[in-house]
Amino acid sequence: MSAAMDTESTYSGYSHYSGHSKKAHRQGRDRHKSPRSKDGSRSEKSVTIQTPPAEPLLGNDSSRAEEGQDDNWGETTTAITGTSEHSISQEDIARISKDLEDSVGLDCKRYLGLTVAAVLGLLVFLTPIAFILLPQILWRDDLEPCGTVCEGLFISVAFKLLILLIGTWALFFRQPKADLPRVFVFRALLLVLIFLFVFSYWLFYGVRILDSKDTNYQGIVQYAVSLVDALLFIHYLAIVLLELRQLQPMFTVKVVRSTDGESRYYSLGHLSIQRAALVVLENYYRDFTVYNPALLTASKSRAAKHMAGLKVYNVDGPGNNASGQSRAMIAAAARRRDSSHNELYYEEADHERRVKKRRARLVVAVEEAFTHIKRLQTEEQQKAPGEMMDPREAAQAIFPSMARALQKYLRTTRQQQYHSMESILQHLSFCITNNMTPKAFLERYLNPGPTLQYDRDRWFSKQWTLVSEEAVTSGLQDGVVFVLKCLDFSLVVNVKKIPFIKLSEEFIDPKSHKFVLRLQSETSV
Amino acid sequence: SYLISFSFQQRIEIHKLRQGDNLILGFSIGGGIDQDPTQNPFSEDKTDKGIYVTRVTQGGPAEVAGLQIGDKIMQVNGWDMTMVTHDQARKRLTKRNEEVVRLLVTRQSLQKAVQQSMMS
Repeated sequence: MSAAMDTESTYSGYSHYSGHSKKAHRQGRDRHKSPRSKDGSRSEKSVTIQTPPAEPLLGNDSSRAEEGQDDNWGETTTAITGTSEHSISQEDIARISKDLEDSVGLDCKRYLGLTVAAVLGLLVFLTPIAFILLPQILWRDDLEPCGTVCEGLFISVAFKLLILLIGTWALFFRQPKADLPRVFVFRALLLVLIFLFVFSYWLFYGVRILDSKDTNYQGIVQYAVSLVDALLFIHYLAIVLLELRQLQPMFTVKVVRSTDGESRYYSLGHLSIQRAALVVLENYYRDFTVYNPALLTASKSRAAKHMAGLKVYNVDGPGNNASGQSRAMIAAAARRRDSSHNELYYEEADHERRVKKRRARLVVAVEEAFTHIKRLQTEEQQKAPGEMMDPREAAQAIFPSMARALQKYLRTTRQQQYHSMESILQHLSFCITNNMTPKAFLERYLNPGPTLQYDRDRWFSKQWTLVSEEAVTSGLQDGVVFVLKCLDFSLVVNVKKIPFIKLSEEFIDPKSHKFVLRLQSETSV
Repeated sequence: SYLISFSFQQRIEIHKLRQGDNLILGFSIGGGIDQDPTQNPFSEDKTDKGIYVTRVTQGGPAEVAGLQIGDKIMQVNGWDMTMVTHDQARKRLTKRNEEVVRLLVTRQSLQKAVQQSMMS
């Protein structure tokens, strides 16, 4: 990158900008990121449950923003210097300790669950083999010889065990993609069922066969076969309970982001609230446009102006009539003739015009830049050997001509933080390699895309908390509302039941498709 | 007082007016057994497929003879007009060798009936 900088000067301004952009903002981000730096290696997101808190949730947006500006802050707290780079505020200490607890607790729980399941699985798998082998080992001489039927049963046991193994591997041996706060009820039930089942079989075996040293080997083998059959049926039950039951859509779920009102609808089946939250979050990263705090400044400044417009003084002394105060404020605000709606309208119209202009300039610049690049065919390679470049060099060659237009457009749409120069160059060389048109190259920059498209550092949303009034293992019902909170915003989820549809049929005889021409003419005589 | 609706028949004699090469009567007809009776604004019964007078030109022979808009034409010169197509009706009214047409029309009328008892 530095070599390119030396040859061209038009985009040095851009690199300057990316180096100094929002230093304070980034520091704020880094502080909160510190204990979670190992998130980069972990690919799953953790969801922790939190009962509705009595004190404000950690990482409250307004308190962070006003850290240096709050008037009362200096009076009530004594030892905290929140604006210095190297100190940690009280909030951070509390958050670090909470994170440590959470991470240790969750990991333990998850690995414990996995170990139990694995041990149980191994036990269950080895049980039929043990049933068949133990008599051979312990009282081989007394056993009746194994006839044809009995040996046939060996084959069937072997294959059924193989099928069971493959089925279990397919169903259960998957990388866990998320960490849920409570135990997965159906899985726990199934484990208990399997355990009881195998335990009762062992009990029977121990009492009736081991103790009495039964000599009917065929009966023993058939007993083992019946165990494997029953295990296959339990596996079927597991498929139905864990996989099939939630496939049929029963509920429509509306997800609204609290900061800008972007909403989506999803269809879900019978799921518990925590699993529904998981589905919603997985779809969030794909469907919702990335959260951009820079877009909210306009509405925040308007809100601040509203608040600053009126001050209420209580001249009657103590006896604070808070509701009366607020009502008086609202009434006065309604009566006041403020032209903020006018400002908003003109501001928005102006902004749209500016964006459209910059977009037009950008599209033209990119199209012109792309015309300079031509893919070399193999015949032409001999003709102009000196000019051959690989995609990266080609991208660096045409980037300066469009850099300024692109930078201006990104600034106008407030997306400049999401695209660094390196990422733009990479994308450009990717598009050149794959023979994409200028419009395909621009698709990523013209409109904000889903969160997955951007760098992980810019996500603003990695740790989620599920806030719900009902228990999170209870199933979805009509009218359930739960909230998925992360540090900067929250997703409010509203569940509605899909209505019962009554469909009736009406038969139309194909011979009834006959028509007459009905006129209404008027003739003068 | 209240309104009574009834229909009465009337005989109307129209003398055709010569306009250039044509003999005109000065009104327009609508309806016919091949037409849509539900669109007739003048009929009381919307299944009535008879011929109705839809327009009467000012000062024309029909107006002079007393034909009114909304009249149903029952006969023309003795020919029945209650079960004819629109085109047949037109032909019967515009015969080139006839100078006078005698129509039998039905007209609906609303009259206010004044209760005699109240007056006395």
